[in-house]
Order: sequence, then C-alpha cells, then structure tokens
Amino acid sequence: MIVRIMGEGQLELPDDQLDHLNTLDAELESAVSAGDEAGFRRAMSALLDAVRSVGTAVADDALVDSDFIMPPADASLAEVRELLSGDGLIPG
Amino acid sequence: MGLMQRFSTIFKAKASKALDRAEDPRETLDYSYQRQLEMLTKVRRGVADVATSRKRVELQVNQLQAQSDKLTQQAKKAIEMNREDLAREALTRKSGLQGQITDLQAQQAQLQGEEEKLTVASQRLQAKVEAFRTRKETIKATYTAAEAQTRINEAFSGISEEMGDVGMAIQRAEDKTASMQARAGAIDELIASGALEDVSAPPGGGDDIARELEAMSSQSDVEAELAALKGSSTQAIGPGDGGATGTTTSEAQARPEQEGQS
Repeated sequence: MIVRIMGEGQLELPDDQLDHLNTLDAELESAVSAGDEAGFRRAMSALLDAVRSVGTAVADDALVDSDFIMPPADASLAEVRELLSGDGLIPG
Repeated sequence: MGLMQRFSTIFKAKASKALDRAEDPRETLDYSYQRQLEMLTKVRRGVADVATSRKRVELQVNQLQAQSDKLTQQAKKAIEMNREDLAREALTRKSGLQGQITDLQAQQAQLQGEEEKLTVASQRLQAKVEAFRTRKETIKATYTAAEAQTRINEAFSGISEEMGDVGMAIQRAEDKTASMQARAGAIDELIASGALEDVSAPPGGGDDIARELEAMSSQSDVEAELAALKGSSTQAIGPGDGGATGTTTSEAQARPEQEGQS
C-alpha cells in the first residue's frame, strides 16, 4: 500500500503493516477528537515512525494514488482539526 | 474510521474537484498539464520567496551580532577605565540583543527547513509533470476520445494528489514566512531608528557609551602625555641644565587651556 505524508511525498509499505497502522491511526483519531495535545503529538510521531521505518520512497516520476494520506509531520492539533473539518481543503 | 482515512477521503475529494473535465477527455489532459506547469512556477517562486526571507534574517543576525561584539569591546574598555557603570550598561544592552539574536537564529533555521522542503517538493513535482507529459502524448496519439478515459484516469492518479500536496506546502510556507516577515520588519525599523545603533557610524558619532568612552580616552590620553612630558622634564631638570625650565613653564601654561577645552 502507498502512504503519502503531506509535504514529504509517498512511501510504499508492505500490506501486512495495515493492522498496525490502523491501530496507531485509531489512537491518533481519538487524541484529536479529545483535543489531547500531548496524546496527539505522541500518536502522530508513533505513526510517522511506523510509516518511515518500514516504508520505501516511491519514485518521483511515478503517477500513483495513495491509499492513505497523512497530515504534514509538523502540523499542529488545531491545524489537523481544521483540515478534517474540510474548511482547510474544500472551498465552499 | 481512523484519522488517516478521513483525511485521505477529504483530500482526494478536493483533488478530484480541482480537476476540470472537458468535453473531450483528451483536452482535459492539456488543460491539466497547463495547471501543472503553473503549479511548478508557483512552487519555484515559493522557494525563491522563502530564500529571500531567510537571507534577510541572516543579514539581521549579522548586524545584531556585530553590535553585540561592539558592546563587549565597549564593556572591556569601560572596565579598563574603571567605569563599571558604563560596562554594566553595555552588557545590559548586549543581553537584550542576545535574546533577539537567538530568536532570529531559530527563525533562520525554520526558514532554511521550509526552503529545503519546498525545493524537494518542486523537484518531485517536476519529475511527475514530466511523466505526465509523456503519458499525455501517448494517450493522445494512440486512443480515441472514448477509449482515452480509462488511461486518463490512470494518468491523473498521483499527479492531482501531488498538486494538492504541493499547493498546501506552498500555502504553509507562505503563512510561516508572513509571520516572520512582520517581525523582521520590526527589527529592521529598530535598526534604522538607531535604537540598536548603526555599527557603520563614524567613530565619535556613535552611541552614548561610545561617546563617553571616547571623551574619557582622549582625556586620559592627554593626562598620559602630560605625565610623560612631566617625567621627561623632571629628568631633564638636572643640576647644571637651566634650559629645561622654559619647557616646564610652557607645559604648565598649556595645561589649563586643555582642561578648559575638555
């Protein structure tokens, strides 16, 4: 599967990582819903570490869709919430 | 649903919405390619803008650092002249500057990071745009409008996502740069107003500490020369050398004049 980290590009990960990523993703989701800044930082870096450690960079000239898209690594909790509300990305 | 999944859905919806579809799908290819070239220009301009901001901050760091070094020298000189009050004043100003220097250096590092990220993003986008152009020509040459649709969807995969990604990276870099520009402007004004003192100012025309030190050093130079002269005349007034008396008299006359000047 292919994961894009916004601002960094795409990485290809073995499919058997899906469950692990989903677990970390769920933790990130609940930290964001709870507005837990420390939890958000922790979950975000755990997820980034998981993706970066097992992922291999997709070639620059490849034109492929990502299965998952992650917010920028340095995004704040407030910024992520804004992106998820759709206001930050979808006009109108 | 996890956050990555929600984020992906929202992002892809936006990316596909940005894609204006033409009657003939092959025209959509050309149209999209134009948009890609525009985005490429935009991201390159973004890199240049961030670089300009970084250089401005670097220049400010250098200016403030030079001023800080000068204050250190002034403090040393003041101590040599037993003026602890002046030394204290110079060091107090220096510590104020040091805080600003640290802040600016952090900004400089952040801008450097943004510049590098955007540079890599622009290289990546360029590679994808190139790949898209090749694919586009193949599709246009080989397929009829009806056949082209599937191939076009494939070609659009990735490029629209990349466009959205780069677009957001530029936006974020601009936002960060804008807030730093405001602070950089404030520091430029401070330097221009003379509050931080122009380091290139001619000697003597500088700040109050410099003026006081200079006045003191010219005073002490006079004293030192005077003492030296007195010393030589004392030595000169030896037994049997009456000619030295004239020198001593003229020195004594010169002294009140100089004191009156200072």
